[in-house]
Amino acid sequence: MATKQRLRRTMMFIPGNNPGMMRDAHIYGSDSIMFDLEDAVSMAEKDAARLLVFNAIKTIDYGDTEVVVRINPLNTPYGKADIEAMVVAGAHVLRMPKTETAEDITECEAYIAEMEKKHGIPVGKTLMMAAIEGALGVINAYKIATASDRLIGIAIGAEDYCANLKANRTKSGIELQLARETIVVAARAAGIDALDTVFSDVNDEEQLIYEATLVKEMGFDGKSVINPRQIGPVHKVFAPTEKEIEKAKRIIAALKEAEAKGSGVISLNGKMVDRPVVIRAERTIELAIASGVLLPEEVE
Amino acid sequence: MKNAIHHEVSSELLKHLGLEFYSDNGKGKDCSTLNERLVKNGKLVDSLEAAIKKSGLKDGMTISFHHHFRNGDYILNMVLDTLAKMGFKNLTVASSSLSTAHAPLIEHIKSGVVTKIESSGMRDDLADAISHGLMKEPVIFRSHGGRASAIANGSLHIDVAFLGAPSSDVVGNASGVYTNPEGKSICGSLGYAKVDARYADKAIILTDNVVPFPNSPASIPATDVDYVVKVEALGDSSKISSGATRFTKNPRDLLIAEAAAKVIQESGYFTDGFSIQTGSGGAALAVTRFISEEMVKRNIKARFALGGITGQIVKLYEEGLIGKILDVQGFDTIAAESLINNADHIEVDGNQYASPFNEGSAIHQLDVVILSALEVDVNFNVNVLTGSDGVIRGAIGGHPDTASKAALTVLVSPLIRGRIPCILDRVNTLVTPGSVCDVLVTDQGIAVNPNRPEVKERLLKAGLKVTTIEALKESAEKVVGKPDPLQFTDKVVAVVTHPDGRVLDVIHEVKA
Repeated sequence: MATKQRLRRTMMFIPGNNPGMMRDAHIYGSDSIMFDLEDAVSMAEKDAARLLVFNAIKTIDYGDTEVVVRINPLNTPYGKADIEAMVVAGAHVLRMPKTETAEDITECEAYIAEMEKKHGIPVGKTLMMAAIEGALGVINAYKIATASDRLIGIAIGAEDYCANLKANRTKSGIELQLARETIVVAARAAGIDALDTVFSDVNDEEQLIYEATLVKEMGFDGKSVINPRQIGPVHKVFAPTEKEIEKAKRIIAALKEAEAKGSGVISLNGKMVDRPVVIRAERTIELAIASGVLLPEEVE
Repeated sequence: MKNAIHHEVSSELLKHLGLEFYSDNGKGKDCSTLNERLVKNGKLVDSLEAAIKKSGLKDGMTISFHHHFRNGDYILNMVLDTLAKMGFKNLTVASSSLSTAHAPLIEHIKSGVVTKIESSGMRDDLADAISHGLMKEPVIFRSHGGRASAIANGSLHIDVAFLGAPSSDVVGNASGVYTNPEGKSICGSLGYAKVDARYADKAIILTDNVVPFPNSPASIPATDVDYVVKVEALGDSSKISSGATRFTKNPRDLLIAEAAAKVIQESGYFTDGFSIQTGSGGAALAVTRFISEEMVKRNIKARFALGGITGQIVKLYEEGLIGKILDVQGFDTIAAESLINNADHIEVDGNQYASPFNEGSAIHQLDVVILSALEVDVNFNVNVLTGSDGVIRGAIGGHPDTASKAALTVLVSPLIRGRIPCILDRVNTLVTPGSVCDVLVTDQGIAVNPNRPEVKERLLKAGLKVTTIEALKESAEKVVGKPDPLQFTDKVVAVVTHPDGRVLDVIHEVKA
């Protein structure tokens, strides 16, 4: 089911022309899977990939996994056909590549709405996310993030962004710092998720963990992955520590106590607990349960 | 009759006891030095042909081979080419297994040199030809334990065994390893070959590495050996010694392995002093990696690891997580070398490993076995022998041996291979009866055999997602559909035996 608010620690990229990978993309436990109709698919295969992804979404039960499809931009010959097919297939989220302005989003949204109406699908059902892959997009990040109620998040696409910036990719990630910070701030201001780029060397787990840790500390909600082997390490990074969980549990208990008393003021150890602290605690618990370090029944 | 000191020994007494009267015929003894004796000993024969002549092999007899050289083996083809040249006919080839390298057998079957085959399995061209009706007589497939016990109890009688060995001295102390620089290929345990040497009427060792007497450690003692032949090469050493068996990087296999490790950890059998065997196949082998992490965490040690041994098992042994290794077959060079260097790495023969009849065999002491499966059906029956096209393409190995004796048998398989579902209403060939298979772990869920409700309960209690095998079958069919039934002729091309020697199933000729 399409939900705006949910865990998005990992979004696994699946080429839209690879039925073998599409068949069971969900079994590895990433929070979202993203079928790619854009860069992973050559011009000659655009139609075939669209048909394949359409039928995969229609046929295969992907369970609780969020199904995202990266469509081709509207200014290509494939963008509109991609939108229509994916709206009908019931993709949860359409990912707009190379977003530069708020208009890129509003144009897509208008066409999505048109297709929803055409096919008798409730208008607004199809969610969107925007990938920012250039300097202009970073400059416009907040406008993009607030361009539509359908948006669940904004993501950074590092390769295109760095090419555009004339910067090199480095191990430290210095070249992405401003973009990452901007995207987190814009996402938070808009109340949506901030999602980090892929790390493409599947055999370098150490650097993957470094990047995941970096973006987690910066405030990102998750990171894109390109191989099932990257899911575990990223989830581990995003899993809360025991100390964080204990603190969160105490805050939740204090919240419940206050609710039981009918009191609007939550206090813990004689100190008042602010609303944002409660929200963070709830998020910690949710993450802990999703990460398998906490059983739901342990939060009473 | 009077003896040397003039005591009378009556012929009636000798007859009654069935004994003969001693006489040295004035021959005396051999007083040459050891070095002289080793040169002129009667066991080392100049050529394979000469050894065959000396062995007394005749048309219609049974010859045996081992498969410790895997797909690098030259011995079987070399021996059969020689036998063909010498004009032998109607031979039965009883090999512990056959691989891709043995495609030349096809010609020897066509020309009547070989008319019967017994094996654990076969692959590729040979398997394909046999599945399409090449032989008049059905192949007899036996498990490793089933073969060893059949040899021991005489139901599989070997006239002459041709056994390749990476080192041997001139009197036949033969080994799967060597310590001299002249050695070419190391294969590790000669567990299956040991049985052949012991029970065959004549055993011929073929080696490319003759070492000084006494060769040690010797897998096969010289007392079980009749002749030794020096050959140019035992096989393609790169295919015999395969470096280290690396952990799979296939994410699906890793997913299955991780789930299987969790099943074992929560099964009730993961306790200090437990015993374990992992079958071949990426997922089965990778289970050790996940399980070892938990062994460290819970301070649990395994008493022994059994079966085909990899470098990873050796690593766990060297880390102190496994007490002893009982090795019937080495999977890589690390396992082979460990046999030389580690005192508690013990070579066992096929009967010590898996005799179904003797409670002393190691499978009777086995807690957990993890086994791959090609097909599993809703009654947990397993096929590891024929592919989804009905053609023979695998080997029984130790599957039914270990499954039937281990306290917990865990099957690992993907739900779907390519576009073929791996869980069916009925497997195409019955290799291991479902009654002894306890848990199936797939990449999309776990199912527990209904006859093990206590295991299911433990897994559920630990929060593992357990479903039914029917539900798994349905979810596979939902994606890839239900395959059409295979088309066979009435001709039986092979029979599958249970480890106890009784027939479990027949394999029919595939319709062309």
